[in-house]
Amino acid sequence: MTAIITICLLFALFGLLLGFSSIRFRVEGDPIADQIDAVLPQTQCGQCSYPGCRPYAEAIAAGEADINQCPPGGEEGILQLADLLGVEAKPLNAENGIEKPPMVAIIDEQVCIGCTKCIQACPVDAILGAAKLMHTVIEKECTGCELCVAPCPVDCIDMVPIEETVITWKWPLPSARSTTEKAA
Amino acid sequence: MKHRLWDYNGGLHLIGHKSLSNTRKPLAATIPKELIIPLSQSIGHPAEPIVAQGQRVLKGEKIAQSVGVLSASVHASSSGIVREITEVVVPHPSGLKASCIVIDTDGLDEEAPSSGLVQYEKLPPSALVSIIQDAGVVGLGGAAFPSSIKLNPGANRTIKTLILNGAECEPYITCDDMLMRDQALAVIEGARIILHTLGIKHCLIGVEDNKPEAIQALKKVCDELVYRNIDVVEVPTLYPTGGEKQLIKILTGDEIPVGKIPADIGIVCHNVGTATAIFQAVMGGKPLISRLITVTGNGIHQPQNLEVPIGTPIRDLIAQCGGYTDDAARLVMGGPMMGFALPNDDIPVVKATNSILVLAQADLPASKQSLPCIRCGKCAEVCPMDLLPQQLYWYGRAKNNEKAQAYNLFDCIECGSCDVVCPSHIPLVQYFRATKSAVRTANNEQQKADNARQRNDAHLLRLEQAKAERAERSRKKKAQLEDRKKSKETIDASVERAKNKKMARTQESTNSSDTTLENKS
Repeated sequence: MTAIITICLLFALFGLLLGFSSIRFRVEGDPIADQIDAVLPQTQCGQCSYPGCRPYAEAIAAGEADINQCPPGGEEGILQLADLLGVEAKPLNAENGIEKPPMVAIIDEQVCIGCTKCIQACPVDAILGAAKLMHTVIEKECTGCELCVAPCPVDCIDMVPIEETVITWKWPLPSARSTTEKAA
Repeated sequence: MKHRLWDYNGGLHLIGHKSLSNTRKPLAATIPKELIIPLSQSIGHPAEPIVAQGQRVLKGEKIAQSVGVLSASVHASSSGIVREITEVVVPHPSGLKASCIVIDTDGLDEEAPSSGLVQYEKLPPSALVSIIQDAGVVGLGGAAFPSSIKLNPGANRTIKTLILNGAECEPYITCDDMLMRDQALAVIEGARIILHTLGIKHCLIGVEDNKPEAIQALKKVCDELVYRNIDVVEVPTLYPTGGEKQLIKILTGDEIPVGKIPADIGIVCHNVGTATAIFQAVMGGKPLISRLITVTGNGIHQPQNLEVPIGTPIRDLIAQCGGYTDDAARLVMGGPMMGFALPNDDIPVVKATNSILVLAQADLPASKQSLPCIRCGKCAEVCPMDLLPQQLYWYGRAKNNEKAQAYNLFDCIECGSCDVVCPSHIPLVQYFRATKSAVRTANNEQQKADNARQRNDAHLLRLEQAKAERAERSRKKKAQLEDRKKSKETIDASVERAKNKKMARTQESTNSSDTTLENKS
């Protein structure tokens, strides 16, 4: 009898302790969503069907979205997410789009009519201009999300792949091919 | 007194091949028909062109201005007309194009007016630093680091020693050797200018013992002018003693901690060629527009050191050295250990070019297929940076960049010693370079993503604020309308009241007049 009472008391005590600490030491925000958000490429393109990277990260954290819906992150991004969340990696969902090389938006300034529609569409404020004045893209800040392309009424925005320069060039890993070439 | 020497781990004794090019006296290269001058000839930001197409420029005239501190200005190497500013293939392992100013020379070699100083000792160090910066002087040992930065180490660093690097450890290259023999005075005076700028006294010049003539020439100048604070030290011939960290270890016994620079331990290290360029800039008022380049190798008829205007296409140098031999097989910029192959000879030479090497078929490294690593550990034995190349190789291959960094990947100086001794012929350095590139790219991408996140947050915040402001405005307007309505009502009410009153009064007055009339009658 005493044993049962003691156990019950202990249960009650621990319950109170847990209840108290869940209120007292409550974590603000969602740390898992933060970690997922840190892995996402921050293109803010919405191809994942969420209105930005942060909402997609929150959806993944809540178990509502899958990890293979981010085309800009590509295969590497999926692998990182799988690693972070301890789930099986899977191929990119083709419904969300395909992996493309990094792009940048270029406005044909001769054609631009200064309607400001692209400025409103840009999620990172990378387009500069004012009503009835020419607009231009701040290339350094452009994430290549393509959200400005559709709203343009005169179709003067092109997405062009970012060219490799001497500064951005990467040494390739020695491939099996190069070693066999050497042998030949 | 003999200077005490220390030792570093590993290193290789390589066949020098130096007598190919150091038996002839250096010559001045002829002025080429066209000069292709890249805007980016140093580490850091490319210079901004300050000349226009069709403009005539004089020899030594500045044609591109440095941007910020980590950048170097570029000058015209001869007089002529600017043909265009365009993208041209530059000497880089990628074989990609970069912005260059192309000048059609007029052969007059007309110099822009310039005046050197007579007495630099009277100038404050900051004035000398800006002269050297303006002259576009960069490290001529190969890394092309803007020299003015090294001369201004900052108030929190105390510099004790200047080291001039005359080791020149790579096979085939002899341009520093010939420079020290021919222009010993300029080297020593350059060292004195650097000492003055840094506000220190002590200078060590490290030269490998396979260059006795150079050592003698430098010592002679020091003896004649009684410069006791400049010590010419003979160091053993070992590859890669010409590496900055290796030379510092040999001369002082000090090692530079991971991620630090020599200035953090009180040492500034310059190449002997850089000292000469600094001397020319300060005393002659001449910017860095030419340098000594070794054109050598068994694939060329007459190997030779040439004083070459920066921007000269390599084919002109080859032609001056008797052209290619029949068995010329590969064109390399730099030495056989750390240089890189060039796709063609239309590419210009730049400030960082110390050598053009034409390898003959017989000199090409025996190309063998690489075999699996057998963990023999030979690479670690020869590594002058005390790294574990086989571990770096595993992690690089597995794309485990974090682990590779934990094994100090970024300490690797890419000297290629491990490649040479690997019995499995694994191209280790290429793995290390690729892994370094991958880490750098990942860091850049992360930075870009963080920036985009920040901008998106700011964007959303702005939208939110605009929305709140709009709501606030409409609320205010509504309230105003309401107010107006209310005040109109009050006005209406008071007008009504006034009317009523007036009406009542007229009524009253008619009534009273009636009574008076009645009274009168």
